[in-house]
Amino acid sequence: MELQKFTYDNRLTNFFIWATVGWGVVAMLVGLTAAFELIFPNMSGEISWLVFSRIRPVHTNAAIFAFVGNGFFAAIYYSMPRLLKTPMFSKAMGNIHFWGWQLIIVLAALTYPFGFSQSKEYAELIWPIDILVVLIWVVFGLNMIMTLVKRRVKHIYVAIWFYIATWVTIAVLYIVNNLAIPVTWTLSYPIYAGIQDALVQWWYGHNAVAFFLTTPILGMMYYFIPKVANRPIYSYKLSIIHFWALIFLYIWAGPHHLLYSALPDWAQALGVVFSVMLIAPSWGGMINGLLTLRGAWDKVREDPVLKMFVVGVTAYGMSTFEGPMLSLKTVNALSHFTDWTIAHVHIGTLGWNAMMNFGMIYWLIPKLFKTKLFSVKLANIHFWIATLGMLFFSIPLYFAGFTQALMWKEFTAEGFLAYPNFLETVTQILPMYYLRAFGGTLYFIGALLFVYNVWKTAAQGSFMRYESDEAAPKALPNPKESGHRKLEGRPLQFTVAALVVILIGGLVEIIPMYLVKSNIPTISAVKPYTPLELEGRDIYVAEGCYLCHSQMIRPFRNETERYGEYTKAGETVYDHPFQFGSKRTGPDLARAGVKTLPNYKPDSWHYNHMINPQKVSPESIMPQYPWLADNEIDLSVTPDKIRVMRTLGVPYPEGYEDKAVADLQAQYAEIANGLRSSGIDVGDNKEIVAMIAYLQRLGTDVYNSK
Amino acid sequence: MKIVINQLEQIAGIEIYPIISLLIFFTFFILVAYMVMRTDKKEIDELSNMPLDNNNDLQNDDNQQI
Repeated sequence: MELQKFTYDNRLTNFFIWATVGWGVVAMLVGLTAAFELIFPNMSGEISWLVFSRIRPVHTNAAIFAFVGNGFFAAIYYSMPRLLKTPMFSKAMGNIHFWGWQLIIVLAALTYPFGFSQSKEYAELIWPIDILVVLIWVVFGLNMIMTLVKRRVKHIYVAIWFYIATWVTIAVLYIVNNLAIPVTWTLSYPIYAGIQDALVQWWYGHNAVAFFLTTPILGMMYYFIPKVANRPIYSYKLSIIHFWALIFLYIWAGPHHLLYSALPDWAQALGVVFSVMLIAPSWGGMINGLLTLRGAWDKVREDPVLKMFVVGVTAYGMSTFEGPMLSLKTVNALSHFTDWTIAHVHIGTLGWNAMMNFGMIYWLIPKLFKTKLFSVKLANIHFWIATLGMLFFSIPLYFAGFTQALMWKEFTAEGFLAYPNFLETVTQILPMYYLRAFGGTLYFIGALLFVYNVWKTAAQGSFMRYESDEAAPKALPNPKESGHRKLEGRPLQFTVAALVVILIGGLVEIIPMYLVKSNIPTISAVKPYTPLELEGRDIYVAEGCYLCHSQMIRPFRNETERYGEYTKAGETVYDHPFQFGSKRTGPDLARAGVKTLPNYKPDSWHYNHMINPQKVSPESIMPQYPWLADNEIDLSVTPDKIRVMRTLGVPYPEGYEDKAVADLQAQYAEIANGLRSSGIDVGDNKEIVAMIAYLQRLGTDVYNSK
Repeated sequence: MKIVINQLEQIAGIEIYPIISLLIFFTFFILVAYMVMRTDKKEIDELSNMPLDNNNDLQNDDNQQI
């Protein structure tokens, strides 16, 4: 048969690689800044856009979407054409994808530090940017699918299945989790409230880990490990089972982020069961990757690329073992809300994602620039610094996690909390935060060596934009084929099959939450927020308070003793969006407003504490928020907020939006006068008063009804 | 939509559906495993060599597109 000649265009692969390198440095630098802010809380001073709670989303989003995202896009644009023996379908679509994605990243960096956030972790982007994300994602997916249609080979290699699953699942998750009604160009309220919102968010959040940080990287693994080691994957059959089992199971695991919360038990149980089952396919994948290198360990000793891959896949194995363990209720009771989670995710990102990216780029850049790696020695040094940096980062945080959780739970012989003051449990683990910052610094230095090395490599070579190849034209499908072979040959059907598989898990979990009223018992005492409290809540969201303060008291004796009655699902029905949080760097605030509880603080305390926390508690690591006393509430939007909330089902009476501002001002005057009488000079319409009103409302409904 | 929701709300023991889904997964898993076991060894070899086969015959055309 006559062979057809064609060329591969390396331009976009190259672009995505440099975007990965650049954004990787940014993501790590911001992360490092955040790590230092936790030990030097006054680092951000009066600069609002530098405060921990606003830059933390910059760090997480840059690491996930900019560093890991661009990395696997580079892998896709390199491996797909070569596996399918055809160039990518459309250069224009590729360009739109590349530049559109970078624009999204820049927009994220320009919005988060200035307080524009939806407060859903890893989905904080405001709604206009969300729409842009969806459009760019569609262009990327169409380009992939059309390339599949145009391919010259009959069957589709397993790496590409992982790419397709990534695309289809992220599309579903992203859209469902971001459904919201806009109030202004920068503000929207999600259509879900409270516990339902939390379930949707963590269904998304966990599957962002699964389908953005895992499946595409597994695709990378299945392509690049065989390629670099020059030997086929250990077991292709295992890879098929790995793929289907992984995508089927992953989609269910989200509720393990909400164990012991107000989520119904059956949903929690589902999350746990499927999380534990996930060990099997995850380890199947890890074993498949590592055993590909059997008989090639001599190469691993010499080649920094393979070393990175080995540590990467090993870290994948470790975190996918740890994940299911953390989702066991007994372990989770200890680990949740502590630094243990932070350590866990960094084994995943610094170990698995980043090492795979580094390895791939160390291998690709010399290929694309027709040269050798500038310095193998430097790459080896990077390998060691990165590995040590990761361990110095994570191990102290494991200790911090255990220590703090145990301190929270400890009772004296008389039956009182051993550490009733939350701050004691923070100062105890501060040395671990210093070590974490040290580990992060090491890792960052390694990354700088990496940048220097790949830059010098590129500089000493010359970029090879086009490569030619030849292949026979695609054979017509064989009508006798059946089963999986047939499915593999048909990309559209395959995509639909993957979609169906992930939808089963998603629908089974989420639909009953919406349909069964008994899942969310209503509490008649729970009333909508007043306009001032609502404004305060929006400020709480914008400042990112949820990143350090939870609003979810679990039904444990130590928590009810410390924070008050545990949180009920019915208390959250007007919370668009939910504010459960996922980490307690500071104490839980779910009952911050209840006067009869031991940790209640008066308005003046909150005022002084937000202006300068260290003045109130010298050892506090909370940053200062002095701008809250300067910034004013925009009263022109208040009626719209009420209107949108009512559309979402919050029972504000018809026409209340017209009275809302007057009510707001009355409540404002009451709080402001109280502050003034205790010697605090507060102006009119200041954000800080709205924030105090919100904090003083938290958790009070249930107590007041008694 | 409301009609559908109201209908579904009436279903007694809708919570059973997680158990059904576990069964779906189990069946699905057995099916995939069966299909994989049936697959021809030659095809598997061909598939697993896909990333490797354009290693040597690549030509660089000095940045000229054909």
